[in-house]
Amino acid sequence: MTAPAPISNRPPTRQAGQALLLDVVGLSKRFGGVQAVKDLDFTVAEGEIVALIGPNGAGKTTAFALISGFLTSDAGRVTFAGRDLRGLAPHQVNALGLARTFQIMRPFPRLTVVRNVMIATLGRHADVAEAERRARAVLDELGLGAKADRPAGGLTLAERKRLELARALGTEPRLLLLDEVMSGLTDAETERIVELVRAINRRGIAILLIEHVMRAVMSLAQRIVVLNYGERIAEGRPESVANDPRVIEAYLGDEEVARAPA
Amino acid sequence: MKWALGLTALAVLLGLPTVLSGYAVTIFVLIFFYAFLAQAWNIVGGYAGQLSAGHAAFVGVGGYTAALLLDRGITPWLGMLVGAALAAVLGSIIGYLGFRFGLRGFYLVLLTVAFAEVCRILASNIDAVGGAVGLYITFTGNPRQFQFQDQRAYYYLALALMLLGTGVVALIERRRFGIYLTAIREDEGACEALGVPTFKYKMLAMVVSAFLTGLGGTFYAFYLFSLQPNTVFGIPLSVEIIIRAVIGGAGTLLGPILGSFILTPLGVPISPPHHQARLAMTAPEKRTAPAPISNRPPTRPAA
Ligand SMILES: Nc1ncnc2c1ncn2[C@@H]1O[C@H](COP(=O)(O)OP(=O)(O)OP(=O)(O)O)[C@@H](O)[C@H]1O
Ligand SMILES: [Mg+2]
Repeated sequence: MTAPAPISNRPPTRQAGQALLLDVVGLSKRFGGVQAVKDLDFTVAEGEIVALIGPNGAGKTTAFALISGFLTSDAGRVTFAGRDLRGLAPHQVNALGLARTFQIMRPFPRLTVVRNVMIATLGRHADVAEAERRARAVLDELGLGAKADRPAGGLTLAERKRLELARALGTEPRLLLLDEVMSGLTDAETERIVELVRAINRRGIAILLIEHVMRAVMSLAQRIVVLNYGERIAEGRPESVANDPRVIEAYLGDEEVARAPA
Repeated sequence: MKWALGLTALAVLLGLPTVLSGYAVTIFVLIFFYAFLAQAWNIVGGYAGQLSAGHAAFVGVGGYTAALLLDRGITPWLGMLVGAALAAVLGSIIGYLGFRFGLRGFYLVLLTVAFAEVCRILASNIDAVGGAVGLYITFTGNPRQFQFQDQRAYYYLALALMLLGTGVVALIERRRFGIYLTAIREDEGACEALGVPTFKYKMLAMVVSAFLTGLGGTFYAFYLFSLQPNTVFGIPLSVEIIIRAVIGGAGTLLGPILGSFILTPLGVPISPPHHQARLAMTAPEKRTAPAPISNRPPTRPAA
């Protein structure tokens, strides 16, 4: 299919005075015959919440992997806080203040929950006692304090999602990339994560979130970027994107998501 | 409680030689020595989960260095450190190649074994280091030359090595370095995402491990009087090191010690000829003075 030309030639919706934090320009990545990400442009401003949505296989996770240094792009440029991220290893990207979570969660199952978060906090706090204190503080904030000394392998799905979030937060990022931290959760659990994300954002941490749960996207995002077949097909405020015919068309047939927006 | 137990065990081990036979002392020396080697391997193989199967190379480089330096009049006490440093250099080369290219599991095993084999073949073919026959160390009993008339000296030396290795690991375990290693073992990608420079820490683990193993090489050479390429660089020695850590508990502080206490005595009847020489010297029926074994290969007892 040939995707329709990008519609978003409208001016950026971010407010004046918000500094640009993440700037993605012309990002492309091909896997064999699959053009997973194609000439992708978007930005995230300091303190902003942006959602990256699109049908299954649209290239969202690939975009995260490209931005966070896990994959090298075929073309394009990613700038974070004024620094070109080209050639940086994932840990270097993280050290600059850009933290990601994994769609397929990757806890260290044999380590305790608090040790899992300490792997994150030790980066900025070499002192083990201090790193542990901060890790416990993050766990308390995310409601995992009671599980801190259990092995991470024994957590429930909802708890593992929150651990994934806690670890990313433990690296003290300026921008958090969240890859489906709500999928598969009950409504109550989803609501809890939404509140957590909001609280994190209120502390000044910008959020870029991939999410299929449209209710959460609509309530959290200040701006939405829509991907289809690796290309950006729409971008804008939640209300306008939800009513965009191109977005509706892209989602037709994708039942899980098609029922959510409207 | 933990401390009381540890101190009691230490007191027992310190006092043991006064009641043990010479033969039993030899077995304990081997237990401590292999526990030390396994403990050194434990850093990179156990904690960091990077399966090196070529640690014999570090024993060999350490031992050969100290033996060759002694020929030039340099005491093995110093040669030991030089040998360990060279082993660490070799470790950094192996580590760089393995970790830069992200080798893991089976592929890392192949690379590390290949390096040890290259060392073995080089040593076998360079006459200046004894060629295939290897190096034999003349027994002088001179402490300056890392040799002792009294068996118990080796006992305490081996015990000191084991305690040194365990002390180093205990220190690593409670620091950021050790905590990172346990996570690297589980998921390197997740570590990277959390800001852990995994390459750097894997390299560090390999270098520290190789250095300690290289120290052990000197003890090996001067306790067993001989360095033969096939044994000191051989795959069996690497396996001996690994299985002690694995049986006792890889990635745990006491695993290598436990593993050595279980496996070393079991292995004594089938241990290689160079061990048999030592064992024969102290065997109960041969309480005669230790015959110098210099310049001839130890003879394998008819089995
Ligand atoms: N490592 C890879 N090798 C080959 N193809 C890949 C790889 N990763 C992703 N792809 C392909 O690239 C496309 C984009 O995948 P990606 O995971 O980025 O989609 P996504 O938008 O995150 O989808 P979902 O909503 O299902 O998570 C898909 O067609 C996928 O099969
Ligand atoms: Mg995805």
